[in-house]
Amino acid sequence: MRLGNLLKVAAIMALAAVVAFAAFSRVPNVPWLPLTQDINLGLDLQGGVHVVLEAVDTEERRATPDAVKRAMGMLEERIDQFGVTEPVLQQQGLTRIVVEIAGVDDPDQVVRDLIRPADLIFKTDDGETVLTGADLADAREAFHPQTGEPVVNLTWNPEGARTFGEVTTAHEGRHLAIYLDEDLLQNPRIDEPILNGKAFIRGYESLEEAHRIAVLLRSGALPVKLNVMEKRMVGPWLGADSLARSVNAGMIGFGAILAFMVAYYRLPGFVAAFSLTVYGILVLLILAAFNATLTLAGIFGFLLSLGIAIDANIIIFERLKEELRTGRSLRSAVDAGFKRALVTILDANVTTLIAAAILYALLPIWIKGFALTLGIGILTSMFTGLVLTRWVLQLVAGSGIANSPRLYRA
Amino acid sequence: MFNFVRQRKYWYIISLLIIIPGIISLLFRGLNLGIDFTGGSLIELRFEQVVTVQEVRTVLAEHGLEQSVVQLSGENQVLIRTGVITEERNQAMVAGLKDELGGLTVLRNDSVGPVIGKELTQRAILALIIASIAMVVYITWRFEFKQGLAAVAALLHDALVTLSLFSIFWLQVDSAFVAAVLTILGYSINATIVIFDRVRENIKGARKTEPLESIIDRSLWQTLARSANTALTVLFMLVALYFLGGATLKTFVLALIIGVTSGTYSSVFISSQLWLDLKERWPKTLRPARAET
Repeated sequence: MRLGNLLKVAAIMALAAVVAFAAFSRVPNVPWLPLTQDINLGLDLQGGVHVVLEAVDTEERRATPDAVKRAMGMLEERIDQFGVTEPVLQQQGLTRIVVEIAGVDDPDQVVRDLIRPADLIFKTDDGETVLTGADLADAREAFHPQTGEPVVNLTWNPEGARTFGEVTTAHEGRHLAIYLDEDLLQNPRIDEPILNGKAFIRGYESLEEAHRIAVLLRSGALPVKLNVMEKRMVGPWLGADSLARSVNAGMIGFGAILAFMVAYYRLPGFVAAFSLTVYGILVLLILAAFNATLTLAGIFGFLLSLGIAIDANIIIFERLKEELRTGRSLRSAVDAGFKRALVTILDANVTTLIAAAILYALLPIWIKGFALTLGIGILTSMFTGLVLTRWVLQLVAGSGIANSPRLYRA
Repeated sequence: MFNFVRQRKYWYIISLLIIIPGIISLLFRGLNLGIDFTGGSLIELRFEQVVTVQEVRTVLAEHGLEQSVVQLSGENQVLIRTGVITEERNQAMVAGLKDELGGLTVLRNDSVGPVIGKELTQRAILALIIASIAMVVYITWRFEFKQGLAAVAALLHDALVTLSLFSIFWLQVDSAFVAAVLTILGYSINATIVIFDRVRENIKGARKTEPLESIIDRSLWQTLARSANTALTVLFMLVALYFLGGATLKTFVLALIIGVTSGTYSSVFISSQLWLDLKERWPKTLRPARAET
């Protein structure tokens, strides 16, 4: 029986070790931490931008719900074409649009392009608007066959091509001004009528710049004016640095907690160290399973919850010491200690959960991660504290190998 | 002999020594509000070459942003805080710095509109009120109303101590600070409840003649190791995060360090003592918490 219990303890530890080891996966930044590959990193850790855009009324354009919806569609097309992976695009309320973009070198550039109205206008020299971006069938970047400079080739739709032919015929020898967002791009002379429905814009520094303009022109002019209400941009370097630093700080804090627990509580301290390690892996597992996104605030919430998770163990061990001092046997002291600690732990944790829930419900998105990991952490810590620690302690007590009260510092 | 309850006058005075100057500072100076509340832009740049604050200012002045706060934040790193500006101006300024002062990397570029700031303030206050009410309700259900009041007074104490120190030392407050204060509330009430729980248990087993004062003192002694050890383990982690965790959330961690320390103090020295005072002053309104279970 005693040997059986001992074997059980060994088996649990071995199992936990195997699970932990199997969960290890190699990631560039923290190769030795388990599961980190399966957890999405937030914008603040991998670099990216979170923008809240608001559609505002202007003299020409009103921010109607329909216009906002159409603008969303265009933003989506623009983001897609910029080659951003897994962008987030959400409508918030009636007139706000939240955009989240990760994994680009220059997030600010993307923001700049997203909110560009992309109003293309062709004007004759008597100031008449003859064609707009709405008349385009396509816009593609290319190198100019003769000069080799980057250009954007425009293809008009059939109606636009007809208008373009008529205008270039009627205004032959005069100028045709091309405006993009009220900037005069070019004012070329019409040398001869253009009847094939083609035109081009030049003056770009690189093909990449021409590509961005082509994307904007293809997606069309935004039906509303978008203002940036809030922007949170973290460069990739700072993101990687934050991740590395917080992992480093977390390991040192974790190590200090474990060392303290073992030094102060002795044998139960080892049990706590074990259950806290399992706790850490469990929380990561839950985050991975729920496909949660880990932000810097989330990591801090997780690390803080490690400190709080140890609280359940401390409450139990203090009780255990008291029970042992009253002269109870080890097994009955363990049982009594847990029974008394249970109510305390439940009452104490419910209140922290209330705070976490309110944080989650009311605070800005990028702080929610903190509340989420804190909440998951507290729930998980009740499990590891009340179930795992108890189980292992009971097994240790039952095995009879460690009966001396000195091992429990009683 | 040292007694947690009998000498409570002194514990109250220690708290007031921080809170009264804090309230004065809060009233006359308020808080050093960051862009999350006031609106504006906060930009952190890393230049490839050595730059001086003066050089950065000169470029900013060309963009009409001479009012901005400019600080060196590390090797070749500069932190710029402007008022509310449009995205176009924000980006024009960064482009201008790049052109005139050589290559740079944008580490961070946050901008917050004034509307968002106002919303955050409202939400923060709302969150504080809802959290306090929810906790009074929970404690009233699990314990008694006066204990709920005392616990909430203790957590307001901790929030005030944190706000006071941030106001007195003029540390900047951002939306992460709001999260920190709410976490402090959770921690503080958690610490208080562990003690109330022990008091409830001891009342149940106590002789009828034992005064509440002595039961509370005994309970505080019994839970002292737990109070200290839990605070220590949490502080181990927070101190590691403060010194090694990077600059982004430093004030957030600092607020938590202050709050956890204050929360531990208030749970041991303030909350049960306040409850006793409440009971002694208004003895008849509610029956004592002789637990029925």
